[in-house]
Amino acid sequence: MIASLSLILFCQLIGEVAVRELAVPVPGPVVGLMLLLLLLLGRDRFPALARGPLGNDGVESASRAMLANLSLLFIPAGVGVVQKLDLLADHGVAILVILAVSVIVTLLATVATFVAASSLISRGEDKP
Amino acid sequence: MSDNPFSLWVYLSQSPLLWLTVTLLTYAVADAVSLKTRRHPLANPVLHSVWIIGVFLLVTKTSYTTYFAGAQFVHFLLGPATVALAVPLYENRRRVVAAILPMVVALAVGSITAIVSVVLLAKAFGLPRDVILSLAPKSVTAGVAMGISESLHADPSLTAVSVILTGIMGAIVVTPLMNFTGITDYRARGFAAGIAAHGIGTARAFQVDEVAGVFSGIAMSLNALITALLVPLAVTLLVH
Repeated sequence: MIASLSLILFCQLIGEVAVRELAVPVPGPVVGLMLLLLLLLGRDRFPALARGPLGNDGVESASRAMLANLSLLFIPAGVGVVQKLDLLADHGVAILVILAVSVIVTLLATVATFVAASSLISRGEDKP
Repeated sequence: MSDNPFSLWVYLSQSPLLWLTVTLLTYAVADAVSLKTRRHPLANPVLHSVWIIGVFLLVTKTSYTTYFAGAQFVHFLLGPATVALAVPLYENRRRVVAAILPMVVALAVGSITAIVSVVLLAKAFGLPRDVILSLAPKSVTAGVAMGISESLHADPSLTAVSVILTGIMGAIVVTPLMNFTGITDYRARGFAAGIAAHGIGTARAFQVDEVAGVFSGIAMSLNALITALLVPLAVTLLVH
């Protein structure tokens, strides 16, 4: 468990260092994600890697435990709304309506594009 | 025992222990209710934890800074949780590789829609320029959105609030909306949740279906990358 957590933190640390050193506009944790993915893919090719946190479902079970409670992690930032109550009192209704409409439009546009693109591609594959 | 219960409160209310406990306890209850209602969209654990804790802070006149001193230990885990997305991504890699093209197209359309729709609506409502700029990056995860907002000289804390509100509304609306459209492809549904409602949408997607969660996580990560490039462009073109 501790070794698995250390591996996850280590990947993030490398990600943060890389992002800052190379000054690229990518979040450090996303680079960490790619690094951990590379390690997991590398393990398939080099079985020698399957030890410590990368063996015996170690990093997998730690990650699943964290993702099972992903909602929890947004609460501290969410409570930050209390700092902005005055601004919400001024423009609150407009902001809520705008965000609600925008999120619905975005959901529909994205899901429709995904479905349309994937059916176009599979239709293309059906043809000889 | 302390002879003055008020002095005990003064001590506790300043300690990280109390606010960390309040955060975990409130979430544990909200999550149990959400499970009891079989993950009903309106029983969203983020929504209910946020307003319950918010009211508690207002009633006890506790500042957000004091609260955050305890809650930061939870907040910190957002980074590692992003790294942890590598695991479901790895386990579903074949499905993901097979859907690369629809993902790229949907990412482009979804990301542009998220930014352009909010900017145009905010202009139509006649909101002040700095509010429009603060709302523009609202569909990406809080850390990245605040960075974008800062680079535009907008208000990062308003951005954080709009990010959270977007995430909560997206997480509530996604399941009924998708059921209404009759789309049953959980890859597409999850991907849309991740584009529109970042991590809170992803948390919701994982509650509904693991494949949806994986695609939502990918969408959220990719959207964070390209929104950082698109928002400054959209602002130059649309906001004068």
